Amino acid sequence: MNEAIAEIPARTGNIVVAPSPAEAERKGLTRKEIVADHPTWCPGCGDFSVLALYFKLIEKRKLWHEKITTIAGIGCSSRFPYFVQAHGAHYIHGRALPFASGVSLSRPDLHVFVFGGDGDAFSIGGNHFNHTARKNIKLTYVVMDNWVYGLTKKQTSPTSPLGFKSKTDQWGAVDYPINPMKQAISAGATFVARTTHTNPNHVLQMMEAAMDHDGFSFVECLSECVEFYEGAFDASNPRKGGAFNLVPPTHDVTDELAAYKLAGEPFPGSFGVFYKVNKPTKNTKEAEINRGMMEKVKGLKDWQILQKSFDRMK
Amino acid sequence: MSDATLAVSSSGGAPKVSKISEAIIRIAGNSQDGIQAIGGFLARLAGRSEQEVMTFMTIPSTISGGPSIFQVRIGSGEVLSSGDDADVLLAFYQHSYEEHISSLKKGGIALYDSDHVEPKEEWKKDYYHVGIPISSLTVEAIGGTAKDKGKNIYSLGLIAKMFDLNVPKLEKLVTERFTGKDPSIAKNALAAFHAGYSRSVGNLIETFHFVESQKREGQQIVMNGNEALGFGLIAAGVRFGAGYPITPWSDIMELLRRELPKYGGTFVQTEDEIAAISMAIGAGYAGRVAVTGSSGPGISLKTEALGWAVMAEIPLIIVDVQRGGPSTGMPTNIEQSDLNIACFGGHGDSPRVVLAPSTVEDCFYTAIEAVNIARSFNVPVFILSDQAIATRIEAFPEPNLEKVCQDISPDLTTVADHKPYDLSAPNSVTKRVVPGTRIASGKYPIATGLEHDELGHPTGSPKLHMAMSAKRRKKLQALANTLPVPKVYGPPEGNVLLVSWGSTQGPIREAVDRARAAGDSISGLDLRHINPLPNGLENIFSGFHHVLVVETNDEGLYGYGQLAGVLRARFADPKIRGINKTDGLTWKVKEILERVTAKLASNGK
Repeated sequence: MNEAIAEIPARTGNIVVAPSPAEAERKGLTRKEIVADHPTWCPGCGDFSVLALYFKLIEKRKLWHEKITTIAGIGCSSRFPYFVQAHGAHYIHGRALPFASGVSLSRPDLHVFVFGGDGDAFSIGGNHFNHTARKNIKLTYVVMDNWVYGLTKKQTSPTSPLGFKSKTDQWGAVDYPINPMKQAISAGATFVARTTHTNPNHVLQMMEAAMDHDGFSFVECLSECVEFYEGAFDASNPRKGGAFNLVPPTHDVTDELAAYKLAGEPFPGSFGVFYKVNKPTKNTKEAEINRGMMEKVKGLKDWQILQKSFDRMK
Repeated sequence: MSDATLAVSSSGGAPKVSKISEAIIRIAGNSQDGIQAIGGFLARLAGRSEQEVMTFMTIPSTISGGPSIFQVRIGSGEVLSSGDDADVLLAFYQHSYEEHISSLKKGGIALYDSDHVEPKEEWKKDYYHVGIPISSLTVEAIGGTAKDKGKNIYSLGLIAKMFDLNVPKLEKLVTERFTGKDPSIAKNALAAFHAGYSRSVGNLIETFHFVESQKREGQQIVMNGNEALGFGLIAAGVRFGAGYPITPWSDIMELLRRELPKYGGTFVQTEDEIAAISMAIGAGYAGRVAVTGSSGPGISLKTEALGWAVMAEIPLIIVDVQRGGPSTGMPTNIEQSDLNIACFGGHGDSPRVVLAPSTVEDCFYTAIEAVNIARSFNVPVFILSDQAIATRIEAFPEPNLEKVCQDISPDLTTVADHKPYDLSAPNSVTKRVVPGTRIASGKYPIATGLEHDELGHPTGSPKLHMAMSAKRRKKLQALANTLPVPKVYGPPEGNVLLVSWGSTQGPIREAVDRARAAGDSISGLDLRHINPLPNGLENIFSGFHHVLVVETNDEGLYGYGQLAGVLRARFADPKIRGINKTDGLTWKVKEILERVTAKLASNGK
């Protein structure tokens, strides 16, 4: 965590972090302690593996219940927070990112994880995706992309490929799909990675790397909808005769154009970190502004700062 | 109006000094002339001189330029409204002169820039005309490349002379205003001021002197309603906000963006209105009481998210600086037509709190009250301000900041167990436990927009939906029980009760004063708590034959406005009727009285 951010609460007494009861002595959480409601997903849904790997991440990284916040919008995958035993919020359709930004910017002591689907991220919430990325707000966003609207039972999604037959495109999808990776790179996301639910180790790797990134970290995770788009991702699954290709080791993750090129590969494309650069986050920048402004009113209580403003209005 | 108000003798004899108790000065020009600055100086001076002051301004919605006015009413006694007819009109252009001469009272002074205004002969008999080449005299005073920039300050000098205003105090104000910039700017401003002041208006007309006002305890501060609301939120302990620019809400957002960092807080300009409310709700969920706000169409965009905050029981402040609607409507005009959306806007049953400040001072305290209601009842609270309060400047007694400022930081102390939607909680209000708090039982809450059980997990149970709907409603009913019964202005019984909300309070009180002085049986009642309404209003209404709700909105399909509709639904009393208008301007006192007379006549009584 950025030290500069942690200073703010102390200044205003805004956040009173209780002295951690021998933080080091606390054992990591067990899977049993992290599991909440049984998922409502259909048997065989790809989202199960993303959830299982989130649990694994919490276990492995010794994250405490109270230190993480799991946030989602609306959609099958967005049911996620109910299944995790931790503070969480199930917000409205498409707006999980601005909600999570409110948490991230006001609570530097928390790890903020956002889970959602392709409709949430690229259709109704498309603009929020762009702006959260360009503001580089510190949070991790995992989009479980299934190329279809599942919760509402098979309508075309913004990532459905051309020709996909759905209840709203009986003759096959006619609108060109959004490429999540291109979208993320061009919006200014500072961490952009791609994975698939059929490769658990890789999912965990990407989630860990995303969590450790200081900034807006985006992971597209292919997650098959066995009910409404069965076999969508077979070409990326070696067990189904497909190919799981890692991002070539020669790829420079700080090269935006190279990343964009990778994103343009035909399906199944590559998996791994496409793009990663270190840029100051909005969290850090705001903290810097605050530090500068607070320096000018050093030693004053809040009411005295306000008094100074009022004295100029007499 | 009192006898001691300004009246000009047209005898044309030796200049004399008259004592006056109040004056209304209307300054008309274009928006880039800095006429707001003259008004601001006069208002601030009045505040420093323990006088009452109220201003009224209109600004064009065009990007640059366009006609603009600023009206300032200064009084040694209580000033409740921005006044009906002006005593002095200062007109910079022909259009200012022609459009605003009708706002001048008969016998009033039309002071005009003779470089730009050609006075009309037919008006000279009704108004006392004084022409001064303001533009060229300003250029002469400042010289150089300033052109006529500074003519506002030159005019301030003229007015100062005319009303025998306190010159050292004004000089100090002018200096303060221009300090920090290029020192020659302050110097030029003072040069312009002195040139105006020494221009011998006194030879042309008499000058005036305000009678001493009553000594007040403590100091007065001078600000507009948007500033009072913004600073009120800061005093209340709000440290996070998010918004999207829209007139006239933007001023508050700019103020919070500028000021909050001093307190370790943050205000975020978001990509849209929905992101703004969502970010504020996110911060609210995370333990803050956060603010978002908007005007006009922006409020409509926020209503889906508002429903979530109601459902998830998250505290939130939504400032609605109302303007003329619907749609883009009349962005810089006054209207009170968002009461319905504030009280009822959204899908489903979504009880929320709505407060309406009635003065600039009240904006400051309402902000604090709103924050405390939001955090005590875990509910979104609307603050319904309007263009009239937002932009008018008033002087009011300085708040005791040490006393009113509060720290509302979240408490993250570990709890044994927690049910975010505990149905057995007293008054249906659950204590909030926010992220970062350890819960010893290991059962963590989910904040959700789905109907839920006591832990926040989804449910389709009709029984729980009924219980939770009741829980969300009961909180507001509990709040209503704590609200004070509003005080009737004037006798508690009589013929007519004029009901107001928001910015109409002032003109209504003045109308009541004037009508009572003329022997009519009229009282006033101002409602600050719109949703829920305070208990006991029926007892007040029963003391009157007519309950007339004066609102700046349309009379609707059935002949009464938005608050009147709420009151009719609540009390099913046909004597509640509406007096409405949608001309985008503040209510004049005489306008209210004329409309009351007409309304009573229409009833055949």
